[in-house]
Amino acid sequence: METSKNTFHENPKSSLEKVLDIISTMASKPSGFIGLAILIFHVILAITSPWFAPYDYKAINPTLMLNAPSSEFWFGTDSLGRDVFTRTILGGRTALTITFFGSIIALLWGGLLGIFCGLVGGRIDDVVMRIVDAFLSIPWILAMLLIVSLLGTTTEVLIPALGFFYGKGIVRVARAATHDVIAKDFIVSAKARGHSNLSIIWNEILPNVRDAILVEGAMRWSWMLLGFSSLSFLGFGVSPPTPDWGLMISNARGLMSFAWWAVIAPIVGLSSLIIGINLTADAFAKALGIDRSTKAPV
Amino acid sequence: MNINIQEIKDLSIGFKSQKGEQISILRNITTNIRKGETVGIVGESGSGKSTLALAMMGYIKHGLFTNGGECLFKSQDLLSLNNKELEDIRGRKIAMIPQNAGQALTPNLKIGYQIEEALRLHTDFSKVEREQKISELLNQVRLPSPKIMALRYPHELSGGQQQRVAVAMALAGNPELLLLDEPTTGLDVTTQAHVLELLKDIAKDTGTSMVYVSHDLGAIAQVCDRVIVMYAGEIVLEGPVRKILKEPIHPYTYGLLKSIPKLSLSGLPDSMPGSQPQPGNIGSGCSFYDRCNFSSDECKIKVPELEYLSEIDTSVRCFNHSELISKTSEQKITNELKKEITIDEILDLKDVSISYAKQGIIDQFLNKVTDTNPTVKDINININKGETIALVGESGSGKSTILKSIAGLLKTKDGYIKFDKEKLLSGDLKKRNSEDLRSIQLIFQNPDESLNPNHTVEQILSQPLKLYFGLTGSKLKSSIAELLEKVRLGAFYMSRYPRQLSGGEKQRIAVARAFAARPDIILCDEVTSALDVSVQAAVLDLLQKLKEELGTTYVFVSHDLAVVKAISDRVAVLYQGRLCEIGPSKDVYQFPSHPYTEVLIGAVLEPDPDIRPKLVAEDIVEEKPPEIGCSFQGRCPRIVGDKCRNETPPWQFGDNGNAIRCHIDIEELKIQQS
Repeated sequence: METSKNTFHENPKSSLEKVLDIISTMASKPSGFIGLAILIFHVILAITSPWFAPYDYKAINPTLMLNAPSSEFWFGTDSLGRDVFTRTILGGRTALTITFFGSIIALLWGGLLGIFCGLVGGRIDDVVMRIVDAFLSIPWILAMLLIVSLLGTTTEVLIPALGFFYGKGIVRVARAATHDVIAKDFIVSAKARGHSNLSIIWNEILPNVRDAILVEGAMRWSWMLLGFSSLSFLGFGVSPPTPDWGLMISNARGLMSFAWWAVIAPIVGLSSLIIGINLTADAFAKALGIDRSTKAPV
Repeated sequence: MNINIQEIKDLSIGFKSQKGEQISILRNITTNIRKGETVGIVGESGSGKSTLALAMMGYIKHGLFTNGGECLFKSQDLLSLNNKELEDIRGRKIAMIPQNAGQALTPNLKIGYQIEEALRLHTDFSKVEREQKISELLNQVRLPSPKIMALRYPHELSGGQQQRVAVAMALAGNPELLLLDEPTTGLDVTTQAHVLELLKDIAKDTGTSMVYVSHDLGAIAQVCDRVIVMYAGEIVLEGPVRKILKEPIHPYTYGLLKSIPKLSLSGLPDSMPGSQPQPGNIGSGCSFYDRCNFSSDECKIKVPELEYLSEIDTSVRCFNHSELISKTSEQKITNELKKEITIDEILDLKDVSISYAKQGIIDQFLNKVTDTNPTVKDINININKGETIALVGESGSGKSTILKSIAGLLKTKDGYIKFDKEKLLSGDLKKRNSEDLRSIQLIFQNPDESLNPNHTVEQILSQPLKLYFGLTGSKLKSSIAELLEKVRLGAFYMSRYPRQLSGGEKQRIAVARAFAARPDIILCDEVTSALDVSVQAAVLDLLQKLKEELGTTYVFVSHDLAVVKAISDRVAVLYQGRLCEIGPSKDVYQFPSHPYTEVLIGAVLEPDPDIRPKLVAEDIVEEKPPEIGCSFQGRCPRIVGDKCRNETPPWQFGDNGNAIRCHIDIEELKIQQS
């Protein structure tokens, strides 16, 4: 006897209603609400900040070097006399954009390859998974450094490179989720009818593993953000003078003992965004009925 | 004898819905269990029978709460006790035997250890006494050589043996009340009959009261003294087993009994319309009103009370029960099937062997056949257009394996399958052309598994229509509506998801999906075994009607001999992947028959306490078919010696048209079996 049987005669919902349902479930718990609020705040900030940034982010002014926070410069100024507040609110734009598209690429290739491997199994699965394992064993930062030093640090290089490296883990999650449904009779039924593999992936498997993959993708987004900021910190991400948190932390860290504001502001920006995405992903998982605490990524 | 060991007074159990409404699963249950008697609780899934049984040991599932009432065990209210106090009662005074013993036993602990643990917790025996008691208990549940058995792990036992161990563990604390939740549901027919026999003897020997929860009236009839029939969370009928099963005076029980296929009757059983209301959806009147054939206007507005009729010691919840008393004598089933088979072969299985053994890489390379003893061997069956042929056998008999190879999901090792006289069906699904794929469709056992939970009914049914006929747009929609009409569902079902449908509705969708391809052959894999009895009858009826309308051929796999008798024209009996007997169904069910068929028929449980199963063979389970000789040699009650062990038995033909594969002369068998 299940307690959820009263959903028996519910009316079918449109997909928009379903999305709204999920969001309202996510926001009903404090952690989900906080996560969503932080994430939405950051996204709005990233979109609108160019219009209300008080100063020019690249205006260097030697007379204003390392000013402490004041009513004029809310977060103070950095070693080149640039306004830290302006640079902080603009600093997430590049990171968010690049990692967002990077995550989508990771989701697409990782998810589809994982499902395909789970479906066909056998030798193809063995070979592909061993290659994935081999790539997983390479420290991503070394490989990323190699790629950007060979191909440059343009967006066109960074997005696919990040997408590739963060998709490897999704392959395994998607494959494991596919294994859960692959033995079910509706897949056998589709096979027996003679559907093609592509049609089985698209029609039968994808709707059943979508949730697990999306949650994994959301988690990867926050990791990728951290990864991208690390690249910037090392000087391989965004090129100066474009404001970026990782780069700002890197530039200001030597002055931390006497100009703490220049390093604290980007740190707060970066960590709050990562925490926001993490909380949101967890709430998203719970709203979809996937418990990340019991189903750790493989 | 008439001391009540447990009294349940006005018990209601429910949950809170998302909107905050209180929804009852059990409503005002009042009953009692007397000392030394076995009470059966019967009902379809969702009737609240398991919730009631759990409440009897003071357990309420997470998310549920009591809505008033009490559950007195020896005048102590179990529902008001805390966990510590309950611990003293559970195991020592009330014990439970779960449905699936295989899952209830810890897989990595030895049987002896697990029983010892139960003894340690629930008795005050010393270590030496416990050792002794383990052997005693294993003896009591009739497991051979207890000393060796105690050292085994659960996976080394068969399903029936595991269930016996679970019984032994429950008996460890010497309980006064034993609760059994569907204890034989997952077992094979022959094993089930043996376990029931054991339970009956235990009840007699120990004087323990038992509560036996089951949906299976056949099992209830064998073990119970008294029966409680539940419907939509209420007791609708309660009384002595003979009265309930032979002269049911509640319309639901009456309908339920009529919808059970029986060996003694031919043709399809009557089906009951509709399905049980969900908790929270029960109208103001009688909960059975919608499906009742005997209802009056009063039933719609007023809830009938449970009324005690002292002259027959029965309680009934119905206004019109007196009308039923006269009706119960007429139990004839009239819808006889048309059984004329014209010889017009559509499917021909010739010398088919199927092996699950995996060849090593080197053997594959050398193209060497290593498996001399395949799972399925020497299957020769011709299937005619428009007939229903049933493959019967216990688990491991290879019936589903054969079905899968016809569908192309498994490769045959030897032999061939011919379709429509000349077309050879490839064992590889990818090599079959779309026309062959369309012609053969599958229906699965469990619609929860066979329907994609994230698809609407419309999406589910559009898959074959798009694939085989390329339908789109309004044509597709009208075809789907037509299909729904065919399986007696309305077009408004299109936008529903499987989880919004009842079990019977889901299976109808699965049937509709198979028929969407306009196939010539439909392979039915245990299509009714996951369904409730009343729903099963309706699905069987639907399949029969569709067949008469469209002339489809069914290959019907089932372990239930009564269901098979009701629907099939011809029956093939399988044991360990080898054919034992094949013939027209009315002849297979008559003697002389193969000793295995005899064992199977003997073990069928009829919902009648006066018909006892005949237990002729041991309920051992064989892992592998024997390499040489007769496949049934290990369990055969009529084995004649070395011939059976060394030579493959020949086919013999009976007068009626059934063929038997046995060394014993068919005339001799006839004499032995009569």
